[in-house]
Amino acid sequence: MRNLASLVLLLLAFAAPLSAQERSGPLRITITEGVIEPLPFAAPAFIAENPAAGEFARDIAQVIADDLAGTGLFRQIPAEAFISRITSFDAPVQYADWKAINAQALITGAVSAGTDGRMTVKFRVFDVFAQAQLGDGLQFGGSTGSWRRMAHKVADAVYSRITGEGAYFDSRVVFVAESGPKDARKKRLAIMDYDGANVQYLTDDRSIVLAPRFSPTGDRVLYTSYESGFPRIYEMNVASVTRRALDEQPGTMTFAPRFGPDGQAVVFSLSSGGNTDLYKLNLASGARQRLTSAPSIETAPSFSPDGSQIVFESDRSGNQQLYIMPSGGGEAQRISFGKGRYSTPVWSPRGDLIAFTKQYQGRFHIGVMRVDGSEERLLTSSFLDEGPTWSPNGRVIMFSRESQGAQGSSTLYSVDITGRNLKRVPTPGGASDPSWSPLQK
Amino acid sequence: MKTSFKLAALVLVLGLAACTNPDRFAGGNSVDLNASANAAADPASPAYFQNTVGDRVLFAVDQSTLSDEARQTLTAQAAWLQANTDYSATIEGHADEQGTREYNLALGARRASSAKEFLVSRGIAADRLRTVSYGKERPIAICSDESCYSQNRRAVTVLRVGTGG
Repeated sequence: MRNLASLVLLLLAFAAPLSAQERSGPLRITITEGVIEPLPFAAPAFIAENPAAGEFARDIAQVIADDLAGTGLFRQIPAEAFISRITSFDAPVQYADWKAINAQALITGAVSAGTDGRMTVKFRVFDVFAQAQLGDGLQFGGSTGSWRRMAHKVADAVYSRITGEGAYFDSRVVFVAESGPKDARKKRLAIMDYDGANVQYLTDDRSIVLAPRFSPTGDRVLYTSYESGFPRIYEMNVASVTRRALDEQPGTMTFAPRFGPDGQAVVFSLSSGGNTDLYKLNLASGARQRLTSAPSIETAPSFSPDGSQIVFESDRSGNQQLYIMPSGGGEAQRISFGKGRYSTPVWSPRGDLIAFTKQYQGRFHIGVMRVDGSEERLLTSSFLDEGPTWSPNGRVIMFSRESQGAQGSSTLYSVDITGRNLKRVPTPGGASDPSWSPLQK
Repeated sequence: MKTSFKLAALVLVLGLAACTNPDRFAGGNSVDLNASANAAADPASPAYFQNTVGDRVLFAVDQSTLSDEARQTLTAQAAWLQANTDYSATIEGHADEQGTREYNLALGARRASSAKEFLVSRGIAADRLRTVSYGKERPIAICSDESCYSQNRRAVTVLRVGTGG
């Protein structure tokens, strides 16, 4: 685990060099269905304030640029087009030079690195056309090993200021790393930055592992492993990579675990005698509660952000559909009524949408619908898409896509909830079952 | 001809399973079906159970009900288990890839349980039989069409040495 505690956010208000007046509502992307033209920005290499900072100055600017351009909402103007050079963090910005190349936003920054392995990154964002700084300058401090995180934090701040939305770049993804042929696939739990950097393996490949899920604070992961010979749910501490089995009832199988928003409640599926129902476990007390009692399959539960409700899939109607019930159990309301089969519902962090997998006419789709089942929209279509997970700000969905045929393999993709910006998430090999962490602190 | 092909295919599959399926519960006391090439001729051998009795039953899409053919196979399995009380079994339920992961785990559990209940109804003690579901995690046929899917929608009775569950 990288040194999170030491990654301190220092709120420093740098005086803007030419800030004439405070300007409200300047540079802004309002994210709607209609946004198509990405906002052009320039992110020149950051200033290295001492020799040790040299290697980070350019890379940090590039990670920031990649984060922003990767959203599909921003477009990076290449350095070759620049007229002006940023030679000092505090020198006045030559707005005309940036306006001439149509850079609507300009991000400048400086890096200094100490001999003690610590570094600081500071930055400013400018609204070029308004000739004004956008918000205060900020400074982040941390170890040089966490330079990517500092870059992500800068990008998060820029994204939030321009879109007015929550950010998501300083986040991680836990997933199942896959290798080997389809009939002898090896699976390991792995964790990485949201953009595929810093991959780290959490288990070896001796046992099948499935569907890891982050805790609300990102410190722990629930997952299913066959290490006992049977599928059982486990809880892992991400920092120490220690794990413990939860709910070991002989003769049963447990899977599909997911945390409640308090980080203590765990909802999961238990199969006994061929029947699968939902249960809830309190990690602190060990108390266990049965939530459903039906001969049908009840699985893939997900809590609402306030913890009061659970969305899940059930085939009680004859095929897989989505239902919502109180988190203590009780009567469930069906919410999916379209054609096809609906599964793997996941409540959005904003609480307004449910992401799901839909199977219809031999194709798989990732889609979203409102909590009452209305306004269903399919975002993807392929031979096999499944298992959506939400970005911390509820704007982006990551999922698994398995390709067809004997050589088929699984990879991760992400898509904006508008359905745009579908792209592959880089992983070292095959990958499935992503779970997106909350924004790191 | 048909039978010998089937036999060869099963042995091949078993060979693969033995070395590539580290999650098979039987583990330490699992039965090595490749121990002797002649073993299949011995009606009390696991290889005979595997190849002649038939260790697996197949299911229709999204179903866990037993076909007539499946019932025949399981009836023969029950007779073999009655006669060979040194063995117990783990029934592994599987699904094809056309479904989401969690649902397929639950569906595999239904299939394994269907097979187990039938064996129990034919007089096999429930404590000699365990079930496990692999969902869509362990296909034996890897193409993406019905010719493979039909083989993957299965419940396989895997013998263990020992009488208890």
